[in-house]
Amino acid sequence: MNTTTSPAAAAGAPVDAALPKVRVDYLPLLLVPVMALVMLPLVGSFPTWVTLTFAGLAMGMMIFIMASGLTLIFGLMDVLNFGHGAFVSVGAFTATFVLLPMKGWMEADSALMNLAVVGLAILLAMLVTGLLGWAFERIIIRPVYGLHLKQILITMGGMIVAEQLIHVIWGAEQIPLPLPETFRGAFILGDAAVEKYRLIAVAVGLTVFLTMFLVLNRTKVGLLIRAGVENGEMVEALGYRIRRLFVGVFMAGSALAGLGGVMWGLYKETLTAAIGGETTVLVFIVIIIGGLGSVGGCFIGALLVALTANYAGFLAPKVALVSDILLMVAVLLWRPRGLYPVAKR
Amino acid sequence: MSEILLKLEGVHTHIGQYHILQGVDLEVPKGGLTVLLGRNGAGKTTTLRTIMGMWHASRGKVSFAGDDITAAATPDISCAGIAYVPESMGIFSDLTVRENLYLAARAGEMDTARLEWIFGFFPALKKFWNFPAGNLSGGQKQMVAIARAIVEPRRLLLIDEPTKGLAPAIIQGMITAFRELKETETILLVEQNFNFVCSLGDTVAVMDGGRIVHAGMMADLAADQELQQKLLGLSLHVHQ
Repeated sequence: MNTTTSPAAAAGAPVDAALPKVRVDYLPLLLVPVMALVMLPLVGSFPTWVTLTFAGLAMGMMIFIMASGLTLIFGLMDVLNFGHGAFVSVGAFTATFVLLPMKGWMEADSALMNLAVVGLAILLAMLVTGLLGWAFERIIIRPVYGLHLKQILITMGGMIVAEQLIHVIWGAEQIPLPLPETFRGAFILGDAAVEKYRLIAVAVGLTVFLTMFLVLNRTKVGLLIRAGVENGEMVEALGYRIRRLFVGVFMAGSALAGLGGVMWGLYKETLTAAIGGETTVLVFIVIIIGGLGSVGGCFIGALLVALTANYAGFLAPKVALVSDILLMVAVLLWRPRGLYPVAKR
Repeated sequence: MSEILLKLEGVHTHIGQYHILQGVDLEVPKGGLTVLLGRNGAGKTTTLRTIMGMWHASRGKVSFAGDDITAAATPDISCAGIAYVPESMGIFSDLTVRENLYLAARAGEMDTARLEWIFGFFPALKKFWNFPAGNLSGGQKQMVAIARAIVEPRRLLLIDEPTKGLAPAIIQGMITAFRELKETETILLVEQNFNFVCSLGDTVAVMDGGRIVHAGMMADLAADQELQQKLLGLSLHVHQ
């Protein structure tokens, strides 16, 4: 081989090397099915286990929808947004602009009409929270990039302001948010009852997860987001304006929180201004367990948190209050940077 | 005399309270390979980062092809035709080799003929095309980083210590690659390994204490042991 004139010889040694092994980390993927199977004998009754497991999966999907945007925002922008819950609240309350005036459609015994009204409410909620996210990034986040302590303080402040604004606009009273007629009731599988709305929540959560997976893996924008999470400076050195990517991701993350808010509000069938604040702790536990910046980790983390809460609530109600904290401690003892830590520069 | 592609005039750069570049004057002629030598902490990496707009000059002027880019944003500098290979390589380890190069191809799809040209330099990349870049060896990662910089024609390549931590066999491959590359691209190469660059460089600048202390033809420096000793001192012995 001519090593001085042929460029093909330039890296002769490495090309002869063995193919590197692609390390796929399957262990975290097994946690959800293993947890569910381990709980089966402890719960004792198969129908109860099916009901608890579906309830956990549905709750997990809704938490994932709320948390997925936050984990991307942290991963890409290094922003600790403690005000994320505000978008959940605003999303849920914005939906009332559609759901309450169109009560007739909600109460109609027509799946099409029910879906149309909920779909419209979701679209409006996502639009409003997306735009609110744009304003939040420009006014509140932009001056504190890179300043974590200030980020925590100012975003918590933003959350308080948002809650008070909700009181001003919608009043301090709870707002009932009944499920649409055809979303009510349960499917009976043998002796187990699975609520229809929980199945819908699972379907919506899976759709969001698959969409995010495809966008992040199959599109240039997705690749740029993943690259930006790892090394934003290098993305800029390749000629891309990462600030625009920041704004886009912040708006998308806020819109997803809005969607999560609508789903969560319908799940609870009642709205209070604190709905976002109540979910904030769960959302943070999820993104820490999953590995900050990892959408896949966030998905598994959300399912684990929700299943743990449901199983613990049934088996040991007193432990249920701290079960998610215990889960987080256990995961972090095993993997201190979360289930799927994102490589950082 | 060759046309000057990149020119730094009295450039000062501060990083926090530290005054790193203290009046850098540097000219990179169009075509060929210019080497920026210097000991650790001399300011070589800061010079490249200042050119790329990652740290902005607090004083002085950076001109590229006649345009003032002193205060330009990094993406604009990149789009003007400057590619950067940082010391850390900056590869996206979660992305495949193909995806790493795809992101660098700003025009859209990668040019197949150019890819084959790159595979000529770095055949390993073809083999590991769909592998996550994070799973590659240090040398292979360096190939990804350089390939990413040349996946489209650029007017200037800034390359920061490409041989750092690499095995001698891979360094030899790099020498061959750079010898070919400099025929078509203008390169500003930061190095501490004098043996690596003495046969490659056309022009050379030596930095010390945040300033350029010598600039001239590489052949002259390579032939003058006394000047090497004076300019590079201990660092030369360490790397020889």
